[in-house]
Formats: sequence, C-alpha cells, structure tokens
Amino acid sequence: MLKQMEGSRAVAEAVGLCRPEVICAYPISPQTHIVEGLSELVKEGRIDNCEFINVESEFAALSVAIGSSAAGARSYTATASQGLLYMAEAVYNASGLGLPIVMTIGNRALGAPINIWNDHSDAMSMRDSGWIQLFAESNQEAVDLHIQAFRLAEEISCPVMVNMDGFILTHAYERIDMPRQEQVDAFLPPFEPIQMLDPARPVSIGAMVGPEVYAEVRYLAHYKHLQALERIPVIAEEFQARFGRASGGLIRPYRTEGAELIVLALGSVNGAIKDVVDQMRADGHKVGSITVCSFRPFPLDALRQLLQGVRRIVVVEKNLSLGIGGILANNVRMSLRGLEQPVFTVIAGLGGRPITMHGLQECFTKALAGTLEELHFLDLDWEIIRRELHHARSERRSGPVAENMLKLRLQGRSDV
Amino acid sequence: MSDENAPEQKVKFYQKGTYTVGNRLVNVRQRSVQASMDRSNSLTCGHRACQGCGEALGARYAIDAAMRATNNQLIAINATGCLEVFTTPYPETSWQIPWMHSLFGNAAAVAAGVAAAMRVKGLKQVRTIAQGGDGGTMDIGFGCLSGMFERNDDVLYICYDNEAYMNTGVQRSSATPVAARTATTPAMGANPGNSFNSGKNLPLIAMAHNIPYVATASVAALHDLEAKVTRAMSLHGARYLHIHVPCPLGWGSAPHDTIQVARLAIKSGLFPLIEAEHGMVTATVPIRQPVPVTDYLKLQKRFAHLLRGGEENARKLAAIQTIADNNIKRFNLVRKEAPRV
Ligand SMILES: Cc1ncc(C[n+]2csc(CCOP(=O)(O)OP(=O)(O)O)c2C)c(N)n1
Ligand code: SF4
Ligand SMILES: [Mg+2]
Repeated sequence: MLKQMEGSRAVAEAVGLCRPEVICAYPISPQTHIVEGLSELVKEGRIDNCEFINVESEFAALSVAIGSSAAGARSYTATASQGLLYMAEAVYNASGLGLPIVMTIGNRALGAPINIWNDHSDAMSMRDSGWIQLFAESNQEAVDLHIQAFRLAEEISCPVMVNMDGFILTHAYERIDMPRQEQVDAFLPPFEPIQMLDPARPVSIGAMVGPEVYAEVRYLAHYKHLQALERIPVIAEEFQARFGRASGGLIRPYRTEGAELIVLALGSVNGAIKDVVDQMRADGHKVGSITVCSFRPFPLDALRQLLQGVRRIVVVEKNLSLGIGGILANNVRMSLRGLEQPVFTVIAGLGGRPITMHGLQECFTKALAGTLEELHFLDLDWEIIRRELHHARSERRSGPVAENMLKLRLQGRSDV
Repeated sequence: MSDENAPEQKVKFYQKGTYTVGNRLVNVRQRSVQASMDRSNSLTCGHRACQGCGEALGARYAIDAAMRATNNQLIAINATGCLEVFTTPYPETSWQIPWMHSLFGNAAAVAAGVAAAMRVKGLKQVRTIAQGGDGGTMDIGFGCLSGMFERNDDVLYICYDNEAYMNTGVQRSSATPVAARTATTPAMGANPGNSFNSGKNLPLIAMAHNIPYVATASVAALHDLEAKVTRAMSLHGARYLHIHVPCPLGWGSAPHDTIQVARLAIKSGLFPLIEAEHGMVTATVPIRQPVPVTDYLKLQKRFAHLLRGGEENARKLAAIQTIADNNIKRFNLVRKEAPRV
C-alpha cells in the first residue's frame, strides 16, 4: 500500500511487520522517532505479543536484546551516534555470541564537538564489530532492508545493523510502499534459534576462550560474513520476486556501461550522485556510479569486476578516519589490489554539511581531468582553518579547537 | 519443602571427597537444600576457585536453593568476575543449568531481556537470576541494576560481595571497607589502605527502589541464605540478594577460616543480615553478644597494618567500631532472641 510518511515511522511499521518479540528503546536524535513509533504500535496492539522495554541507556538497550535474543526471542533496538559508542562493548558481544539482533542506526556525527546531524562516523566506528552493516539509499529501501535484515540475521546467526542517514532519511516524508503482513510472514519465517537458554536443554554460553581456539572462533565469525556475501544477493532477489521491487543486495551499479569515471558512496547521497551522473552523461561524459549497500561484509569481488579497467574512481564518503582519510575508499582500494587504478576520496557531508550537486559535479569533472587531489574535502572553508592554524602557531594554546574558533569570531579578529 | 512425615532422606555425602554428613541429622524441615540427595548440584565440582572461596560456596547454595524453589526452571546470567572465570574455562563448564555470560557491567540488563523473552513466550514457570561480584554489581553494573530494579523486571539479582575486584587481582571497589589493603589501596604512606570514604550500601539503595524483596545473607548462615533465596523466588518482580563471601586470597585470611571470618562480620555488626519488602525492613537476624570489630579484622592480612598499635591506628579502629555500632543501632541487631547464627 502506498503511503506518504516519515522515514522513521515507516521503519517502525516495517519492524512491526517483522513481528519482533522484544524491543528495547532509548532516545537519541535522529533515531528517536523510530522507537516512539514502535511504542505506539505496541501500545495500540498493532504489534502483538511484544515486550517494549524502556531502558536506562544504550548499553542496557543492547544488553537486554542480548538476553532476549539468547532466550530465543526476535529482538530489535535502534540508536545513533553517541548511543552506538555507549553500547560499543555490547555491540561486539552480540556478534561474538552470534545473536541475530537487528538494530537501526539513524546515522549521525560523533562528538566532540557534539553534533546531531548526519554523517557516517558512528557506523564506521563499529565496522570491525562483526555486525553486518547495510546502508539504505532511500526510505523505501530502509523499510525493505529491515525485512531482509531479520531474515539474513537469523539465517546466518549474526546481528545486522541497518543504517539510514539521520534527518535526511529518518525525518524525510516520502511515499512508501508498505508491505502487507501476509507478504512479510511468507518471506520471514518465525525465529528458531539453533541454541538458546532453555532449562530443558541447559547450555553454558559465553565461556572464556583462551589462545588455543580464540583465533578459530574469530575465523568462524569472519566466515559468517563470507556466507553473508552469498546470502545477501539471494535474499534481495527473493525479496524482489515477492515484493516486486529491487532493494538491498551487495551493490547497485548505475549507468556504469563504458564509464571512464565511477563514483561510489554509501546511503542517501547516492540519490544526488545519480542526478549528477545523469547530467554529466547528458553532457557527453562517460560517468556512472555504484551504491554500496553492504559495507560489512564488503563486496570486494563484486566491486572488482565492475571497477576493473575504469580509468577514474571517486569515493564520496561521510566519514574521516583521522590520520589516513576515507574508510570506504580504503576498502575500495582493497578490491583493486594488484591493479594500478587511482582511487580518489572526497570527504563530504561531515556533521550534516550539505552536499550539493554543484560541488559533486565539480569534483567529478576535476577527476576526469586528472586534477582532483587524492584526498579532497568538499566545500572546506580554508579561511577558518588558516586563521585557526595561524593563531595556534602564534599563541601557545591548547584546548578545544571549536571553542577557540568561536572565541576568535566573537572577538571579531580577522587578522591572519 | 518436605514435610515432617516424609520418608527419611537418604544420606549422601557432600560433593566428592568429603565425609560431612552435616545437617542430615536434624529434623527434615530444618535441613538445608544442600543436604538433599535431590539437590541440583547446579554448580558442580571441577571448577577452578581457590581453596576456601566464599563466592563458590555462596553460589552453590544460592543456585541450588533457587533451583529447588523453581522446580529446576531457572536461567542464570553471570557478570564477568571470579565466579564466571572459575566456572567456565573453555571447553569445560561447571554449570548444570542454562547459563550465560555476556559482559562485566550488563548482567542485570541481560537478565531483564531473558525475563522479557520468557514473558513473551508465555513461559511463566521459567525464572531468571543474574549474578555478579561487588564490582560488577555496585560499580560498573550499577546503572543496569538500577534500571532493572526501577522497571521491576522479574529477576533475582545476587551480588557476591567479596569487597574488591578479585578476578583482576584484588583492586579496590566501592564495596572495599575503609582501611583495607588492596592492590590499588596499598598499605603504605600516611594513610595506608582504603580511604575513610562514606561507602555505598547497596541493599539500602535497592530498598530505595521499593522493589518487592531485598535481603543480605552470608556464607556463615547457610540456612538463612537458602531461606532467603526461597523467599525471593516465591515473589515476582525485581529482587536483590547481597551475599557476604570472604575471599581468602584477597583478604589474606586462611582458607579454613572462611566461615569464621564471615561469622565474625555478622557478630561484630559490620555485616547485618536483613530482609526488606517494598522498601520496609521486615526481619533482621539478631546478634546476642556482639564481638569487637578487631576480632574480625585480625583474621585478615588486609587489615594487618591497623593492628600495629599507635594512636592513629587506635583512632581508625574506633572509627570502624563506630560503623559496626551504627549498623547495630540502625537495624536494632542486639536483641535477646535466640541467635540464628
Ligand atoms: C568493561 C570491563 N572493565 C574491566 C574488566 C576487567 N575485569 C574483569 S573481572 C573484574 C573484577 C571483578 O570484580 P567483582 O565484580 O567484584 O567480582 P569478583 O571477581 O571479585 O568476584 C574486572 C575489573 C572487564 N572484564 N570489563
Ligand atoms: S580470588 Fe577470591 S573470589 Fe576469586 S576464586 Fe579465589 S577465593 Fe574465590
Ligand atoms: Mg568482588
């Protein structure tokens, strides 16, 4: 059924259709509307047989989900940014225990300086946690990915994080084709764990493991991701067959035929990138793009096939690994190992900075001309940076940079 | 509970290698769960606890009693700590019950999740307990514990209080008594041992949540401990049991003195045995003849520096005596009733 609705509300309804049995809720922007929506759905009885638990922290949110999932209940939570960091220890624990929890991240920047707007720093901080990490391009895809996420998580016994851009998606009203309950029920069978906490079959879970098999245990966790590389496209195909639209999968190429330049990105910015691709194609440039939907596991082979022989590769990403650059770009380089293709990184949209089509097009044009820097910061205000660096050199001062910059502004000092 | 006319229990000796018949000689009603051949042996032999470990003893009694009270329908969640480490060295486990360890600070929340799963699955008979050391309970797990209390989740949380972070080698926790030597409060300098802080009384904090049941227990009063677990399991909602468990390694006491040390903590008034329901004290175990705190302190090397004489030490010992005296006053512990311990 087509409905005009907020992304968060749509995700809440989609999660509800998955018949979760335990939902743990804790507020943080821009995720909050999702758990608010779920609390309504549970209270109204539209999600039946479900425990909605208001916890005292994100650490508890995921910990409660760990307990309920280990006891055989389909479990869900959602968070963002500082909340994801606050639950970090439990994030690793959930995947180490192989618990098929699904968690939505309304992607948001990390402090300090505290910033509530969108980027991908939060998800990237957990990239090695063992969770499957999927990125939605639109609210429709966010809806669809949640339904696929439960299926995937329970098939391979591994938690799944569904990432959707904070505000840009979570708070955007779009037309959503909301699946029907029977459709979801046919696609997603009830959760039947291989092993669980059960007095009839007592097991000890979470024992201490020493050097003798720890590495093997970790390899097997890695192996789940290798399995996921195979299952993600299969599940996406089945989804398409049942629901009639393409959503999810590992990657989605757009107009890559004969492309000299291919742009890669995670999440909603792919919409703008595709528009730029269309414009540039119209102007006769051989440009295409690839939406990376599955960031963990990372589709090395699928990307290598598409990127082989492409002259220029640009990765637009909303994160910055301080001291090295873009994380997605480094992963893309890994898919091209042994090949001599340069991969350019465009760091964009940090802390909610708007990414304009104009700015993107300028980057792509430069890339085609061979004049783009290897690590480029989109729309950086170099004036502010030069001023701050100058003062830092002239006055020995330590302390928070953001506050220093603010002070300089208030003092009206424009001397450089 | 077995009744008076029940057939005499068959006698079986305690776990391997001991000849203790124990309380099988007393009236059937008064026998402990441990005296029964049908006890679940939830925490069975072979674990790696130190000799004389109070925590291992307390856990065995507590869990077997909980198993009997729930007709063996029990799931346990364990915080990181000695109990977790000494019971589950891969690939072995001493637990005969469904048991899970997740993290150091989240046992109460994980247990809340298990309880939620049981509710949603309609498995009312399956009950959940969480357990951890004083560090996992009072320090790092305190937020999750308070949340579990406040939501009144159907979980019995058991804290095994050995008054320090033992698993990492005896560091100070918020349960470490004043003046005690630990690896991070060495017996050095002008103020040796732990500082004279104001302390943290978790049973009272638990009571402030108005939860259905809060109790303190000790390995020196095992009947009382079992009775409290049984009472706790007869109730629903959040319940808290705080068990005093001497740690020979950390306290510098002799392994064979574990029970004696625990008993002197009760008799001196330093560890009051209380029970409370919905925030009101309902019972306390009386002390007939209190003993001076030094009787308790002198069995433990962690307090050795206090007992070397001098004015300063006398002042500190008096301060510790005041703590005990205040407990006695607060809970009206010195009464003429027959002592239970
Ligand atoms: C987040 C975290 N911090 C620290 C540790 C290290 N650690 C493991 S057990 C432990 C001490 C446990 O003390 P307590 O809870 O009192 O239990 P005990 O070992 O004394 O029974 C510590 C500090 C950890 N595992 N996780
Ligand atoms: S260190 Fe203490 S608590 Fe830990 S096993 Fe040994 S005696 Fe028990
Ligand atoms: Mg301890």
